[in-house]
Amino acid sequence: MRIVPFLLSFLLTTGLIVCLNRQWGSLKKTPVMGSFLSPQHGFWQNAEPVGKDFSGSVTLPGLKEKGDVYFDENLIPHVYANSETDACYIQGYLHAKFRLWQMEFQTFAAAGRLSEVLGAGKDNGYLTYDRAMRRLGMVTAAQASLVEMEKDSTTKKDCDAYTAGVNAWISQLKEGDLPLEYKLLNYRPEPWTNLKIALFVKYMAYDLAGGDNDFEMTNAKSFFSKEDFAKLYPAMQDSLDPIIPKGKHFLPPFFVPKAPATADSLYFNNPVTVTDRELKSEKSNGSNNWAISGTKTLSHAPILCNDPHLSTNLPSIWYQMQIHTPGYNAYGVSFPGAPFIIIGFNDNCAWGITNAGRDVRDYYSIKFKDDTRSEYWFNKQWKAVTMRVDTIKIKDAPAFYDTVATTVFGPVMFDPTYTGYSDVASSRSYAVRWKAADTSNELATFSRFQCIKNYDDYKQALELFKCPGQSFVFADKAGVVAIRQEGEFPAKWKGQGLFVMPGEDSSYMWQSDSIRREENPYMFADTSNRGFVSSANQQPADSTYPYYLGSDFPIYRGLIINRYLNRMNSITPADMMKMQVDNFDVFAEMARPLLLRFIDRSKLNDEATVFLNTFRQWNLMNNASEEGPVIFQYWWDQLEKNILDDDFSGSSLPLMRPHESTVLEALLKDTAWSFIDNKDTKDRKETLGEVVTDAFLKIIPQLQQDAKDDRLTWAKNKDTWARHLLRLPELSRTHLAIGGGARCINAAKQFHGPSWRMIVQLTSKTEAYGVYPGGQSGNPGSPYYDTFIDYWASGRYYPLWVMAPDEIKDKRVKWVMHFNN
Amino acid sequence: MFLIALLSFICGLFLPWWTIAGAAFLVSVLIPQKPLHAFFSGFLAVFLLWGGIALVIDQMNESILSAKIAAMLSLGGSAYALILVTAFIGALVGGGGALTGAFLKPVR
Repeated sequence: MRIVPFLLSFLLTTGLIVCLNRQWGSLKKTPVMGSFLSPQHGFWQNAEPVGKDFSGSVTLPGLKEKGDVYFDENLIPHVYANSETDACYIQGYLHAKFRLWQMEFQTFAAAGRLSEVLGAGKDNGYLTYDRAMRRLGMVTAAQASLVEMEKDSTTKKDCDAYTAGVNAWISQLKEGDLPLEYKLLNYRPEPWTNLKIALFVKYMAYDLAGGDNDFEMTNAKSFFSKEDFAKLYPAMQDSLDPIIPKGKHFLPPFFVPKAPATADSLYFNNPVTVTDRELKSEKSNGSNNWAISGTKTLSHAPILCNDPHLSTNLPSIWYQMQIHTPGYNAYGVSFPGAPFIIIGFNDNCAWGITNAGRDVRDYYSIKFKDDTRSEYWFNKQWKAVTMRVDTIKIKDAPAFYDTVATTVFGPVMFDPTYTGYSDVASSRSYAVRWKAADTSNELATFSRFQCIKNYDDYKQALELFKCPGQSFVFADKAGVVAIRQEGEFPAKWKGQGLFVMPGEDSSYMWQSDSIRREENPYMFADTSNRGFVSSANQQPADSTYPYYLGSDFPIYRGLIINRYLNRMNSITPADMMKMQVDNFDVFAEMARPLLLRFIDRSKLNDEATVFLNTFRQWNLMNNASEEGPVIFQYWWDQLEKNILDDDFSGSSLPLMRPHESTVLEALLKDTAWSFIDNKDTKDRKETLGEVVTDAFLKIIPQLQQDAKDDRLTWAKNKDTWARHLLRLPELSRTHLAIGGGARCINAAKQFHGPSWRMIVQLTSKTEAYGVYPGGQSGNPGSPYYDTFIDYWASGRYYPLWVMAPDEIKDKRVKWVMHFNN
Repeated sequence: MFLIALLSFICGLFLPWWTIAGAAFLVSVLIPQKPLHAFFSGFLAVFLLWGGIALVIDQMNESILSAKIAAMLSLGGSAYALILVTAFIGALVGGGGALTGAFLKPVR
């Protein structure tokens, strides 16, 4: 042996292996290059052969009986199982087979465990997020809900089967089979559990009921005069067209919550401020749905439409499928991470969902005895908190221990050790009362939806649904068309929870955890003389509704939907396709005359005049190739800055900005609105004409730059993506040529939009269409990763094929998987 | 060389990626060669093995994934560059293993 060269060579080779067997980089880490590149272990194994045969047969002892899955050309499974339990088992298996990484990652996000796989992040961003989720009580809420879910024997059986199905897939995975993202981030999947299902459901509750502006409103209340506050934050917009049309007569409330005697002094007029910053879910998580009675359709059968607006992620939040058992036959989209069809239809009925957006998260100011935060002042005495220590594991770093106190109101979300996304130190503490933290079993609603036969079944299924509150549209083949806003909504006195509330006694607590179900807003299409029902996240009713509803709702999509549906007759599914991808901007329609009336054309040079003419001639459609929407958006944003910045710049605290609808309606009513004047120019009073003209002149350089950069057309300017959950551009579909926007029915924004467009005509043989911005496979190396995106962007639809038992030999069946027990 | 490739392939089916070095080492001990010769045997064996598998996979996948990964690794989205990098990294490890084996049991 030649000892020196041997040792040298040995060390070099081992050193090379060691270097290739670890991740490099501090924040953005490289994959483990050796295994990542190895064609037998790494990413090459995720490169799925084009034309891969998905047929096969598996033997899974957890199944009660045999089942079959027929895949069509888009890899949509048509599941034939002999019981609901087996259907859930197979669904779990399929979700895992095609979407494992995403489903687990989402539950990690729900449980505040992102740091565990991503590290603490830039400026501890992931850690701050994880602490927020833990403090908010996501894990405790999921655990408590799981107990509730498992009390229902059907939910328990179904969840057990789903979990067993997921684990049957996970347990046979070899290193090379792991989804790509595990290889990129260097970790492995855990066994699936029912708790993860509960976590996923709570994550949806967070996503849809995890928004409020309590801190920003509290600061605004303390900063502005009472008159200004009323002008900036009105309870309702004049142009609102509520879900239940104006004029409906509501019965007097069953329960009348009473404002505490101290409300004026300790709450409404108490100038407290908050520096902490909350974690909030995406504000525009909204949706459209409507259903039309047969009196207004060409086929005389009802048509139901729904397009939930969520982050346009890849892999998509949705997985499309048909589930056929002896008891029911349901088609629609499911959530990888939970059993059942969530939005869809069966042989008798169809249902669709939009977010209610009611405020179910409130904060209470807590007075602790001392820095140990073990006792707080409540009802005239010191009361002990329940203390919990959360261990947050951090990748490649020591764990973080977070001590969280829990009060009668709920967990202490903010205290001197946690200021959320604010870097301002604060000595104050706030506990959070959040409806989603209550125990519940929302999945039972969807389990029942799969087999509902009529309106009564639908109504009954909804009784179990608590949070996040939703507006459920319904239509059946008997011709019933209805909408119900359902969930548990606390009965609040007017203004309760708009601001941070005093937490020194019980007087500000919610007096009733839920308005009685029969008092929730609902209506039937036929008794309304309107022939349709609809919702688009606007206020469910006007001020005659006997309970306080809050004031943070978008109004424009609802306006245009109702305008179109009122006008239309002999409606066909093709009309509905056109309507779901409609880009008309009602807000611009209302704002343009005002802008054009007040702009001083003599101040414009030739180039500015060209832009103004483009805007003037714009068809008010936010279509992909229009320049009008870009000019309008810039102009409006700049106008709001001109009008409001001077009034808001006096405070360094986070302040709520008024809604665009508030500003527009104020200007339409009062062209001398007090905020128009620039407070910083003491010697003169600006007019609306001056600020409108100045705003337009200010945006000209940006418009010219955009014209040079080819970003002047709407789609290029807003730049819609279907974005990978890890925000990696290489795994995303970028620069999609799609129009629309937040105020259009086609609510496609940059990273957010219609996540599933569905149209169901309930003729004796159901006729349905749908499309979502993604593909059935979650694997970026599969041709089925982004199948539907181009159709989605260009406003096209796929017919939804409800496969009948005698169609198993149909040529649309491309692959068959046999499941044996 | 063929033996190294075969053994590496079999190891890859069941064992971690770095066992290619072990395979090259073992063959090099059992069939003694001059060090430089051994290195190139190991290098070439794994180069062809990894490059070959990657190439076949990539052809069947029509470069759907390799284009994305190549963009991520700053290879300009080129599938072939990525296949070459893959092959080269594997080859270095294979060559190193073989070289070490050759020094353990030099040709008499």
